[in-house]
Amino acid sequence: MSRPRPLSSRNYGAAYSFPMGIWFTLFFLLPIGIIVTYSFMRKGIHGGVEWQPTFDAYIQMFNSSYGKLFVRTLWVTFVSTVLAIAIALPCGYAMARSKMQTLLLFLVIIPFWTNSLIRINAWIAILGNEGFINETLMKLGIIKESLPLLYNESAVILVLVYMYLPYAILPIFTAMDKFDFSLLEAARDLGATKPQSMFKVLLPNVRAGIVTAIIFTFIPIFGAYTVPLLVGGKDSYMLGNIVVDQVTKVRNWPLASAFSMVITVVSTVGVLWMMGTSAREAARVKGARVKQEGAL
Amino acid sequence: MKGCDISIEHVSKTFGSFNALEDATIAIKKGEFFSLLGPSGCGKTTLLRIIAGFETPDSGIVTFDGKNIIGIDPNKRQSNTVFQNYALFPHLSVFENVAFPLRIRKVDQKTINTKVMEYIHLVQLDAHVDKKPNQLSGGQKQRVAIARALINEPSVLLLDEPLSALDAKLRQNLLVELDAIHDQIGITFIYVTHDQSEALSVSDRIAVMNQGKVLQIGTPFEIYESPATEFVAKFIGETNLFDSRVVECVPYTNDEYMVTLDVPELGQKIKVTDYDETKPGQQVSFTVRPEKVRITLDEPQSNSKEINVFKGVVEEPVYSGFQSKFYVKLDNGAEIKVYAQHQNYLDDGPDIAWKDRVYVSWSANDGYIVEVINQ
Repeated sequence: MSRPRPLSSRNYGAAYSFPMGIWFTLFFLLPIGIIVTYSFMRKGIHGGVEWQPTFDAYIQMFNSSYGKLFVRTLWVTFVSTVLAIAIALPCGYAMARSKMQTLLLFLVIIPFWTNSLIRINAWIAILGNEGFINETLMKLGIIKESLPLLYNESAVILVLVYMYLPYAILPIFTAMDKFDFSLLEAARDLGATKPQSMFKVLLPNVRAGIVTAIIFTFIPIFGAYTVPLLVGGKDSYMLGNIVVDQVTKVRNWPLASAFSMVITVVSTVGVLWMMGTSAREAARVKGARVKQEGAL
Repeated sequence: MKGCDISIEHVSKTFGSFNALEDATIAIKKGEFFSLLGPSGCGKTTLLRIIAGFETPDSGIVTFDGKNIIGIDPNKRQSNTVFQNYALFPHLSVFENVAFPLRIRKVDQKTINTKVMEYIHLVQLDAHVDKKPNQLSGGQKQRVAIARALINEPSVLLLDEPLSALDAKLRQNLLVELDAIHDQIGITFIYVTHDQSEALSVSDRIAVMNQGKVLQIGTPFEIYESPATEFVAKFIGETNLFDSRVVECVPYTNDEYMVTLDVPELGQKIKVTDYDETKPGQQVSFTVRPEKVRITLDEPQSNSKEINVFKGVVEEPVYSGFQSKFYVKLDNGAEIKVYAQHQNYLDDGPDIAWKDRVYVSWSANDGYIVEVINQ
């Protein structure tokens, strides 16, 4: 006869994760499955799909001027992400070393209390022809005609950086907060200049935070559609806008699905690549040294 | 000889209203193993950070071989530091940590390989080259830190309590190794510690500090045998200290005086020799080290007038292997510590036991006046 095991030693781990499994299936795997399926179907006349497998959507996607739009989306996303990280790094550093950490953290989070559409509209009020900046400059007599600050690629990048900056700051701050700043003194002591100590000691040690920050900004920006829609011109459309247009206006659901697949695949590949960099870097450094020693 | 002379001249530093350093003046010789010794908050680390270039003094200068280094960036100084918390770069292997200063200087890979291995060998870490700092023990981490600080061939190695995070046995071993490395490399070492036994055992000279002031600079022998102040006497080793008053001071030998002191606590006058002349009526601190006091069951047979003898009862004998410590209560109520070495095998254990009536005695040569309290 087997003795009953004490309650505490039973492994309930799998059971506990069951609700998450349901959640994951319902709201992640299922929708992706639907999108994949739709992208290989014939388009229905009034939206939806007809259940006939075809590559039409993909052929359409590769045959038209969408390539330029893809490159532009990638470019805008790249620039915005780089800018967001470039701003987040000094911010995170200052926050980690500040005595008013809680206050600063609070200030970073405050924008989340306001709906994103309202915040984008606030930028329209600032950048518009009769907006805050133009009005002020005109009153000061610096300009006579209002500057075209809105409805162009720069405006899109500016607002995108603004929108996603907190997502870049938070992981970078967390990593910097764990960093032992006496290592910078050690680096300086060993002959490094201030910039060298930053690039050779600080950055490699907050790498994980930077990778997370890149993932948190790159992915949502790559799929963004409200920002280019509201502050961008017709020539600053991004992939996200095409998806929305194909669903709501053109009613070509398979094409919209195909574009969604592009966004998903690019994001996933990007994430995997980013996560792999650290491991590759470590292997490279060690490999280089072993090779050098062999040469001796 | 490598290394350089270091002169610290009238250096002061305050943090807010806290006086970290007050007019510190120390001259350190080329190749010396010099210790800054004192309790935490005495200013020793601040002084080290000023020498390293992490702090700027409010006034005063520090010179390396006569050249003022205040205002020079830490990366441009000929000093390297071994930090208390090791400060190894966690993202780099042992090899790359040690190679860091060379990579900064853009030394070629071939030189790096030979030089790094040479210094890793110096600290006996050959088997751990490819490990990351988090795979090392505390002692190994500190060895990496030492190799990394030495590889740039600095003129001065600054050590900020490098052993304080290690256990006693390891500390002792690493201390001996540090001393050997110092002998081998021959550069100036400035060693900050609060541990008096560490400082005494390896230093050529020691500066004892307290509350931002340098109290005494001297060889370990001078610091221990003739402390300049009451604080130094108490901080270095164990001692018996008594407030006393000079009764008489007469020339004794060529350069010594025989001083008679009235010690209210001991209830009788004592004799002590001193190099400085004191005047009757002066208040002084008198001290005698516990190991210089003899403890006997019989009255010491000596005709010399220069021996001070007291009677008392052993309150607490503490046997500790190589020696026994006795806390003796004198007949007038004062307590005195006595350490007796066990030089021979004791068949029945120490022959002095609890509650025994004993004589404690010391000669005038073995006590000393440490501080004249008011002139």
